[in-house]
Amino acid sequence: MVERQIMGGQDIRRALARVAHEVLEKNRGASDLVMVGIYTRGVYLAHRLASNLLRFEGSEVPTATLDINLYRDDLHARRRPIVRPTDIPVPIQGKTVVLVDDVLFTGRTIRAAMEALNDFGRPEQVQLAILLDRGHRQLPIRPDYVGQNAPTSMDEQVRVRLVETDGVDEVAIIRQGSSN
Amino acid sequence: MAGSAKASPLLIRGARVIDPARGMDRVADVLVRDGQIASVTPHTTEATPDGVQVIEAAGMVVCPGFIDIHCHLREPGLEYKETIYTGSRAATKGGFTTVCAMPNTEPPIDNAAMVGLVRQRATTDALSRVFPIGCVTKGRRGKELAEMGELADAGVVAFSDDGDPVEDPNLMRLALTYSADLGLAISNHCQDMSLSYGGVMAEGRVASMLGLPGIPAAAEESMMARDIALAGLTGGRVHLAHLSTAGSVSLVRQARERGIAVTAEVCPHHLTITDDWVLGRQTLADGVATPFSYDTCTKVYPPLRSEEDVEALAQGLNDGVIDCIATDHAPHERVSKEVTYQDAAFGISVLETALASSLTLVHESRISLPALVERLTSGPARVLGPRFQPLATLSPGTPADIVIFDPVREWVVDSGGFESMGKNTPLQGVTLKGRVVATLVDGHIVYEDGENG
Amino acid sequence: MKSRSPAAGELLGLQPNGSPIAGPRRHVLDLDDFTTSEIRNVLESAKGMSEVLGRDIKKVPALRGRVIVTLFYEASTRTRISFEEAGKVLSADVINMSSSGSSTEKGESLLNTGLTIQAMGVDVIVIRHPHSGAPYLLARCLDRVGIINAGDGIHAHPTQALLDLYTVNEKFGTLEGLKLVIVGDVMHSRVARSNIWGFARMGARVVLCGPSTLLPLDMLQGREKLGHDHPLASVEVDTDLDRAIEGADIVMALRLQSERQNAGFLPSLREYIRRWQVNDARLGRARDGALVMHPGPMNEGIEISSSIAHGDRAVIEQQVTNGVAVRMALLYHLSGVQPSAPELGDTVKDHSDGR
Repeated sequence: MVERQIMGGQDIRRALARVAHEVLEKNRGASDLVMVGIYTRGVYLAHRLASNLLRFEGSEVPTATLDINLYRDDLHARRRPIVRPTDIPVPIQGKTVVLVDDVLFTGRTIRAAMEALNDFGRPEQVQLAILLDRGHRQLPIRPDYVGQNAPTSMDEQVRVRLVETDGVDEVAIIRQGSSN
Repeated sequence: MAGSAKASPLLIRGARVIDPARGMDRVADVLVRDGQIASVTPHTTEATPDGVQVIEAAGMVVCPGFIDIHCHLREPGLEYKETIYTGSRAATKGGFTTVCAMPNTEPPIDNAAMVGLVRQRATTDALSRVFPIGCVTKGRRGKELAEMGELADAGVVAFSDDGDPVEDPNLMRLALTYSADLGLAISNHCQDMSLSYGGVMAEGRVASMLGLPGIPAAAEESMMARDIALAGLTGGRVHLAHLSTAGSVSLVRQARERGIAVTAEVCPHHLTITDDWVLGRQTLADGVATPFSYDTCTKVYPPLRSEEDVEALAQGLNDGVIDCIATDHAPHERVSKEVTYQDAAFGISVLETALASSLTLVHESRISLPALVERLTSGPARVLGPRFQPLATLSPGTPADIVIFDPVREWVVDSGGFESMGKNTPLQGVTLKGRVVATLVDGHIVYEDGENG
Repeated sequence: MKSRSPAAGELLGLQPNGSPIAGPRRHVLDLDDFTTSEIRNVLESAKGMSEVLGRDIKKVPALRGRVIVTLFYEASTRTRISFEEAGKVLSADVINMSSSGSSTEKGESLLNTGLTIQAMGVDVIVIRHPHSGAPYLLARCLDRVGIINAGDGIHAHPTQALLDLYTVNEKFGTLEGLKLVIVGDVMHSRVARSNIWGFARMGARVVLCGPSTLLPLDMLQGREKLGHDHPLASVEVDTDLDRAIEGADIVMALRLQSERQNAGFLPSLREYIRRWQVNDARLGRARDGALVMHPGPMNEGIEISSSIAHGDRAVIEQQVTNGVAVRMALLYHLSGVQPSAPELGDTVKDHSDGR
């Protein structure tokens, strides 16, 4: 098993700063935005983006958390992950929702997230911010903001580690030597 | 039963011959002629005369055929569970040459005509000897005595309301007094119905964990104590069926010490497995229930009990406090067992596993092989009375009822291959040690293990 | 005779030493084979489910296309409706079968009913039965259906115990070290049995209290010989409620059925009330903020005084609400195990009652 770091703490910080600027640019400011982080790491990334927006523009952007496990279409998964409470503190009706997740891969998580959002109202627009896009989409889903593109092969794994959950900020690609 | 037509003489050569009735245990050759034991002589390898069929039996045990004084052959009326034909096939496969059928049939064997029917079937259908046991009370209802004299004249070999106890103490007393001159034992199923009310397994830790109503040991012991007292009072012949508790063993022991003549039997399952088997044969360290728990094939009366009880019963059998092993073979059809534990019928199909189960005690050095053979031959014959002695020995001139078994051969229990219609065994899939190779009744081979050619 | 069939343990997801391994489970038969982490996962997911129940649109697609049958051989409104709601919120199709007016009333055996339901392609059977062990019979004999025990005889009621654990965990934020006193007819209570396993496994101190005739003393036989981490090893018994309730964090009163008096377990209800009713005076000896629970249905004025039953310490209604969330969590976790697909040509028996 070979692990290769592709983003360090500095890279992640810069990427999130750039993404925050792009969000401001694309939406001409931060009003009517809601950052919605997808469990688990998307939640922390959404908070970091929101604090960047506060820093750059002085605007308080509401942050929400979304658990998409109950909307997944991969029912055959052997073990089902724990379901966390979704917390959307403000109405999203008519707002611009920026979905935030760590890795974009097949697109199935994002499809589930869009379905989940629907149960809470009808946003004016849904945008997608991703720290790392590793390719291999199985659905017509395209990110609006990308921290970094990293072409990978199917047998590689991507590990995103954040200070909040793992004690360190980094993104690594793991090539399978064994089936570990 | 096999007739005694002329057949060529048969020599069983080189086996360990155990004949407890004569205190014999040595390597010998047994010659059978005209359906009888002709001779038992020291083993030689000399050529045999022409016309003598030879069974080479080195490494095997040869002994008198086993006698089971307690089994349920279900005929008449319950032929979907077992018949005299299938039951006798199971018996001979298990090494039993004589079996006594309990009278809890439909209708019960409580009159001479019913006794005649069973004896008739025994003659036409059975591979082993089959003797009927008659009811103690009319219709097994426990209200009035059956015509015990007429039953005796018709040929019953004992009396019992088995399946139910004779509950009324005074009626039991009268039965013992009335039948004292008939020379036949009354085998009582000791169970205080008030104490055992609703119970389906032994009271104790496992029952409590599984939420199953329990049967306390006292339900058996209190009636056993009563019957011992009544034996002392009347001088009648009390036989205590299927002991299952340590307390029962000490009651019988005390009775013997006081000179009260009672006899007692124990079943192979009570000697070998415990109520943990209700939790699942896969007895787990944690003792938690699994889908294998509540195996209805472990539901039997009396219930499987604790390790201490098993220990005491084995001890009692070894000491001779318990006279014999009886199977209480209780075959049931599938649907009687494929239900919840509480709905399931009581009973285990035992005939074909009895020997191997019991041999566990020998393998674990808790009883000697000759003593175990005694408890399967002379012991039960003693309970039945003197006229059964010739069926429990290899003395020259007695009927050649013989079993040949391999005491160490391992096999896996598969009830699918049972001769009995009752596939209800908790031992399914278990490896046992000891297997019947051939069984002879009146000198005829009525069973031969296919796997030995 | 000591031989063991080898594969059984693996089938059950049990390690050779008998302790359950955390992994996908197919059946919920009792809590005795739940690990602490498995219980924690269910309680954690139940929080998520609870959030779903608070939404305007109480529907998520998690179990779309799954079929759940509730098979009840005993009357029960609460538990059945709770399962039905849980299944429906998760988008499963829920079919209710009760023993009256169906093939079971025509004498069809439990096993045949189970086989028929399985042949119809059902994913989960939720069963309640008056006989202990009935769900185990189905779990043993059906190979393509998950079984959830919704109460079997006097044996177990694992989903009720999980919701009790959830309710307590929600109030105290932990289960470890809490003192739970279960009062009353513990012997005949499937709720109590499952709660003993659940609370003890999670590190609570469990005290059983009631008349000796109604305590499952046999179950605790030889518990001192069990390892100290065995759930039953630490269970205590005290027939004196005034003493047992001292410092309790949770007091669980059990339903006292009046038949018990007729069957001779008790001299009189009057004496029971005097000695074992959970009332204000007794609750005063418990810890401040102690919770009072009852699995229902209550006999107010017998095992629990009216003032307690409706007082601010009772969480009896929350128990009911939490039941749906916990059952959603269980159904969701169970559905992660894909039953083997039915073979083509399987006969689908008609179980309709012909009316």
